[in-house]
Amino acid sequence: MIRYERVVARYPRAPQPAVDDVTFSAPRRSVTAVVGPNGSGKSTLVRLLLRTLPIVSGTLLVDGVPIGAMDRREVARRVAVVPQREENVFPLPVRDYVALGRYPHESGWRAGGAGTADEAAIERAIILASVAPLAHRSTAELSGGEWQRVRIARALAQGAHALVLDEPTTFLDIAHEMAMFELFAALAHEGQAVLVVSHQLNLVARFADQLVLVHRGRLVAAGTPADVMRAPTLEQVYEWPLVITRDPAAGVPSLLPLRRGPRFP
Amino acid sequence: MKHLTFWLGTSAALVLFALAAIAYGAVPLSLHAIVAGLAGHGDPATVAIVRTLRAPRVVLAMLVGAGLGMSGAALQGSLRNALAEPYLLGVSGGAAVGAVVAVAFGVGGPVLLPIAAFVGAAFAVLVTLLVARVAGGRADPRVLLMAGVIVGAFANAAIMVALANAPPNRVRGALWWMMGSVAGADWTSVAWLFGYVVVGAVLLLWSAREIDVLALGHESAAALGIDVERAGRRVFLLSALLAAATVAAAGLVGFVGLVVPHLVRTAGLRRHRALIAGSAITGGALVVAADLAARVIRPPAELPLGAITALIGVPFFLVQLRRLS
Repeated sequence: MIRYERVVARYPRAPQPAVDDVTFSAPRRSVTAVVGPNGSGKSTLVRLLLRTLPIVSGTLLVDGVPIGAMDRREVARRVAVVPQREENVFPLPVRDYVALGRYPHESGWRAGGAGTADEAAIERAIILASVAPLAHRSTAELSGGEWQRVRIARALAQGAHALVLDEPTTFLDIAHEMAMFELFAALAHEGQAVLVVSHQLNLVARFADQLVLVHRGRLVAAGTPADVMRAPTLEQVYEWPLVITRDPAAGVPSLLPLRRGPRFP
Repeated sequence: MKHLTFWLGTSAALVLFALAAIAYGAVPLSLHAIVAGLAGHGDPATVAIVRTLRAPRVVLAMLVGAGLGMSGAALQGSLRNALAEPYLLGVSGGAAVGAVVAVAFGVGGPVLLPIAAFVGAAFAVLVTLLVARVAGGRADPRVLLMAGVIVGAFANAAIMVALANAPPNRVRGALWWMMGSVAGADWTSVAWLFGYVVVGAVLLLWSAREIDVLALGHESAAALGIDVERAGRRVFLLSALLAAATVAAAGLVGFVGLVVPHLVRTAGLRRHRALIAGSAITGGALVVAADLAARVIRPPAELPLGAITALIGVPFFLVQLRRLS
């Protein structure tokens, strides 16, 4: 489980904190989605897990232990993070790339020459993320959707019980996007804690057990999609007129932004 | 073993170039004479030529190439930049400043000049790290590269100022050194560089998996449990000092650190443990071949080794670029 407890974080030289007094949990066996407008601090919450940005105050707990008190590799064995962007500077065969997910379990000279436990984890990750047909291709030859699935396979190979994804479906078409979220739901069903940062409210409303709405670094609302997706709150946060309808297929709330009409100054 | 053709090919090239380099010279030697000479048998003159003149030169060239190749492979991976090489990061400029300052003050000779060069290079590397830190992008490889370029440019200016006021004979000595050469090789300089290259090789090979992960980029590497800033700095220092040691031993031998890792990568080696090891052998072979070419092209004159490696390296690099695009 991942728990943010009154967490405050600030970028160097920034006047305002990027994350201000945020508290919520991403428990196992569920999909938790962090939503909010651009610049609301969503990605910063992920960066805190990577420890590339220090926490000013509050505590970020992984399985009840503050991450600052844990060895970095220990954190990586418990939480697998897929950052938003990753350039592919030196392409690798897909299987070798997925095998890098075993890094937190490796040590010294043995590294890279995976043992049987590693092999099993790599195979399982490749099958779960449905990238088996790509295993012998180079990461340079993949489409956007394939590359994203391969990155998720690498995270799954870490063998962690929490999976954190920052905007995992930004560049994907409908089928890839849906397949990706079906995978997250299945992983949660298996016992993983899945934490997804996304700006696609309607998509995450269909899959998430819990929504966490952040705005200007602060937590505005948290709860089930029905609790969080209320027109007055969302209008205020997104600063745009909108209505909440009901998704005809899933019955969950769905956001529909309205046109303002042309405005002439 | 994977990529068997590459390993056999590059090792064979190393051995063949080394034998050719020992055989060729004012007194040509047969393979039989070389083997006998190395073992210390036969004609004393031949033994002296092989053991004290040609063998140390060939071994020094090998070590210079191995050091630069490994340094380049590690830097390209950890900085995630295919154009990174030790000389771009202030190492060459700093070493040259160290040597030129020593020469300008009348300090020279086979013992002090390399030490001055090493100190200059190490100093430049530290300044590069400091500049990157002040610029605020310690974990950003681009900032580190830019800092290296700036330090290198500053070093070049300092060299020109120093040379402008130095007497011509000293200028010539400093220039010769800046053009790179293994002509003055003896077993002492070989032993020194051997120590550096072995220690550097062990540490870099040990960090190789870490470099694999660093090559994924800042956030992805952090996600796999690496302290990116610290690990990047360690690999950078290690590679830079290794390059500095080669510069101290043989002056500036350009392009090896840039070209060799690309050569090895095109052979299909991707993981950094194999890439670094392969770059060591290939770099050794390349510099031995370049030194042989430097002696063969216009005998009895010797061309500067650094110029030869650049002459080989540039067209080769263009072909590589073409293949990539």
